[in-house]
Amino acid sequence: MAELVEELKVKIIDQLSLEDIEVSDIGNDDPLFGDGLALDSIDALELIVLLEKEYGIKLTDPKQGKEIFQSVQIMADYITEHRTK
Amino acid sequence: MEKVYHIAQHCAIKNQAVYKNGICIYEDEESETIKDFAKGVYKNLELKYPKFYKMDELCKLSFLASEVLLKNNEIEIDEETALVLANKASSLDTDRKHQKSITDKENYFPSPAVFVYTLPNIALGEISIKNKLKSENAFFISESFDADFILKYAKMLIDSEKATQVICGWADLDTDKYDVFLMQLTSENGKKLTTQEITNIYNNDYGRVSRRA
Repeated sequence: MAELVEELKVKIIDQLSLEDIEVSDIGNDDPLFGDGLALDSIDALELIVLLEKEYGIKLTDPKQGKEIFQSVQIMADYITEHRTK
Repeated sequence: MEKVYHIAQHCAIKNQAVYKNGICIYEDEESETIKDFAKGVYKNLELKYPKFYKMDELCKLSFLASEVLLKNNEIEIDEETALVLANKASSLDTDRKHQKSITDKENYFPSPAVFVYTLPNIALGEISIKNKLKSENAFFISESFDADFILKYAKMLIDSEKATQVICGWADLDTDKYDVFLMQLTSENGKKLTTQEITNIYNNDYGRVSRRA
């Protein structure tokens, strides 16, 4: 799980072009939106693409993202349970 | 009585260098890509605006030119400052990236972050967001920089009280070629320039510099 969490941080930084952010800047439980990394709605769509592309998880309802993308830890938990690749 | 218009400032980004009012303020002959060059300008200007990294190359260069133009400016802009830009290649550079991402049906993962930049006027949106502008804006496509057309349109916005002043010019990018030239048009202070003089500044002062043939 710890490996997946670190992998996710790297992928999020890369996919969302967070060039001023280091892996060590992202806490496992830090909120990704709002006060945390201050991601926006386009970033949320990019995360949906990332789930499908990297882990074979297709979200049928974008509203699910609100729950899944609360933090890197919650994302990792969801991926572990639902990944198809 | 007919208003008298002035160019308060002008700037250009071309040939791996940044100019303000005809003076080179930054150059970088090392960067191999526009992305790296733009990042160098961003760092040099000591900007703190993480959204910059999410922009496409056309937006980055347009945004950086607007920051250079407005930095330490004697005539501050307000929320009614309009934006009028033009270019030749529209958003073709990003359009190609998006097209590439949807060509392979077996590996079909179009990026929303790329798709949102498949319009050139997004550059105006980025400048507006940064400067809190709530003004008129327009992005035209034309074969080459037409100072007469841009200035007529900009003056019309001020004459019709749609804008207090106008940031206008040319912002073109296609693959590894780019050419950005912005002016701040105001009816207040500044240097009074004719259309021909603006064209000469664009063609001669900035056009003369060519480090990479």
